[in-house]
Amino acid sequence: MDTSMLSVGIDIGTSTTSMVVSRLHVRNTASCFTVPRVAITGTEIVYRGEIYQTPQTGGNRIDADAVASLLEEEYRRAGITPEQVQTGAVIITGESSRKENAALVTERMSRLAGEFVVAAAGPDLESIIAAKGAGTARYSEELGCSAANFDVGGGTTNIAVFRGGQLEDKGCWDVGGRLIRVEKGRISYVSPRAALAAQDAGVFLRVGGPAEPESLRKVTDRMAEVLCEAVGLVPETPLCRTVETGEATPMHLKCPVDCVSFSGGVADYVYHPSTDWFRHGDIGPLLADSIRRSALFTARKVIPVLETIRATVVGAGSYTTTVSGSTIDCVREDLLPLKNLPVLVPGKETETEAGLGRGGALAEEARWFLQESAADNTVFCLKRFRSPDYRKVCALADALAEAAGALSPGAPLLVLTEQDYAKALGQALRRRVKDRPVVCIDGVRAEEGDYLDLGRPLMGGMVLPVVVKTLIFGK
Amino acid sequence: MIDEKLIAKITAEVLRRLNAAGTPISSGTGTVSRRLQAGDGVLPDLTAPESKAEITLEHMVNRDLMEQMKRKTPARIGIGSAGPRMNTRTYLTLRADHAGARDAVFRDVDEALLREMGLFTVQSLCTSRNEHPTRPDLGRQLSEDTRRELRSKCQMNPQVQVYAADGLSSQAVDMNLRDILPALMDGLQDYGISTGTPFFMRFGRVPAMDAVSEYLGAEVTCVLLGERPGLATANSMSAYIAYKAAVGMTEARRTVVSNIHSGGIPAVEAGAHIAGLLKTILERKQSGVDLQL
Repeated sequence: MDTSMLSVGIDIGTSTTSMVVSRLHVRNTASCFTVPRVAITGTEIVYRGEIYQTPQTGGNRIDADAVASLLEEEYRRAGITPEQVQTGAVIITGESSRKENAALVTERMSRLAGEFVVAAAGPDLESIIAAKGAGTARYSEELGCSAANFDVGGGTTNIAVFRGGQLEDKGCWDVGGRLIRVEKGRISYVSPRAALAAQDAGVFLRVGGPAEPESLRKVTDRMAEVLCEAVGLVPETPLCRTVETGEATPMHLKCPVDCVSFSGGVADYVYHPSTDWFRHGDIGPLLADSIRRSALFTARKVIPVLETIRATVVGAGSYTTTVSGSTIDCVREDLLPLKNLPVLVPGKETETEAGLGRGGALAEEARWFLQESAADNTVFCLKRFRSPDYRKVCALADALAEAAGALSPGAPLLVLTEQDYAKALGQALRRRVKDRPVVCIDGVRAEEGDYLDLGRPLMGGMVLPVVVKTLIFGK
Repeated sequence: MIDEKLIAKITAEVLRRLNAAGTPISSGTGTVSRRLQAGDGVLPDLTAPESKAEITLEHMVNRDLMEQMKRKTPARIGIGSAGPRMNTRTYLTLRADHAGARDAVFRDVDEALLREMGLFTVQSLCTSRNEHPTRPDLGRQLSEDTRRELRSKCQMNPQVQVYAADGLSSQAVDMNLRDILPALMDGLQDYGISTGTPFFMRFGRVPAMDAVSEYLGAEVTCVLLGERPGLATANSMSAYIAYKAAVGMTEARRTVVSNIHSGGIPAVEAGAHIAGLLKTILERKQSGVDLQL
């Protein structure tokens, strides 16, 4: 009865690109005397790729063809073919995730990466999966504490705070190891955001000028301080919000942070310091040293991580896929997989109306939503009903059947309920909706603005693999 | 040998010293009674979910973690203790839950509910509420009159015969039937499965379904039955299902879906799930341990 999924994670970051292949074990964890409860019971990394420099074509553009051939080689080494891949995620991160890059890579990847591996990017999602890949999310659950992971990469630092295993907040700052680059003892590149930090620290940086650890340290000290400000360890200064990554949701942390962890390329030097400052031709080791001297390292418990530079890619491969609840309604397997479905969370009043069997407002909202998001279809996501009775389920089905009129003819009606009633609702819907297929799943949390990928059913149709993507290409 | 005189003497001595020291004899006042204080003249309901969710353990190192653990289990954790014993509040909650469990066994299913669901009532060979728990042998048999009644009122030889029984918790029937039965019947109808006439059996035990199955000639029989209440819930229902059930068959031939209640699988969802399960059982022509899903 046990089964597994082959999952690929690909991380295309500002400075490096890497790939991992994981096997996700799926099992029915319920006894045979109850309703099944299928869960991902473990993940195992079966191939750990090299860390490559992200191929660039100048002007901060990714060389998509070079990336593709690099990954083709990785597939060959891992001994897998795109057809074997069932799930996973391509994460285009940091400065690479600028729109033109993302579109380019997405196009190139979709042919290569198997039918269900999806291009997803956006700093919010990256923060979350890096913290999962690093093991920080699990640490916070097992020890019942709040823990912040700082994924310090080349261009950005992604922060995710987990409390008791649940995401508390997430954010992203333009603080990274390759914001200032050094060649032959001279500064060869200063990113605009790094220039702001330098200015704030009272350091004048000039491309072509000498790279002195003393003056650059003042800049990295200031950067490390911004990270302290981000999680409220020191009072916030104006610079903190200035260098917050534009595409990310602004972070406003409410709970205090007990523990901190570090992942990303710079993290290796946080845990294992090096004084060979310019060994990578950037300020990574200096930034790590500044972090070690900051309140982050000295005033909070520093916890070990499972992954440093590969945290994001491992997170993408092993932790982006979840499974739906185990009592769902999906009769037409041939519809799947479906990718990049925007989530429509109806407004409170609309949902209340729907609960009374009136779907007019819901149809109106769906029509508007489809137009706004320029999407082909959407997932109706019902979040507010707590264990509805059968009468309410039937009323909801009436309303959703009416709202389905907003979808293009023949398009499947896709419904996600947070609580456990999708099978009953799905059956009630199929009774009412005859002109289009219905897929109704539960047990997955999605928020307004998220996108969903639904994979082919597993375990004889009991569950669907689901990837919830937060803000694909930023806003 | 316990010397009662000695015990009496020691007790008297202890009481004398306590009084002499000016210590009030009533123990366990303080925090316990303060928590149990009634606001606005209304006593708190100890069996309410909010009350049970409350952590009464004091001086926790990590309250956050305790709250997380509490959310994951209905077990009585985070309750603290008074020396080696339960706190008064924990004890009272336990007693209340136990009383709830007893009530669930010793009451009848709501007549209005049965009328609403359009179910007629038959009875096993048990004759009273008090006899029912003590005579499982009678709870599985039907009288000749009952058989005749079933045959006259029910559609014969259905693909699936569904009925409800009180089992050991009438309350479970009250709480779940209104949602599970229509969800199940509608689901079966969608699959194009012919269903018999549902009814309610009073003082019914699980194996009564074997007799029902034989009398009505049902291919598959499914009874929705109240489960023996525990201290966590008295509302739990199970569905027992058997392919061509026959009196005297082994228990291994029954498929069961248990834990149907608001804290387990919701009744609505269970109904939909069982409809699918019944379809599979009809297709495979087997149930119980033979049925590998």
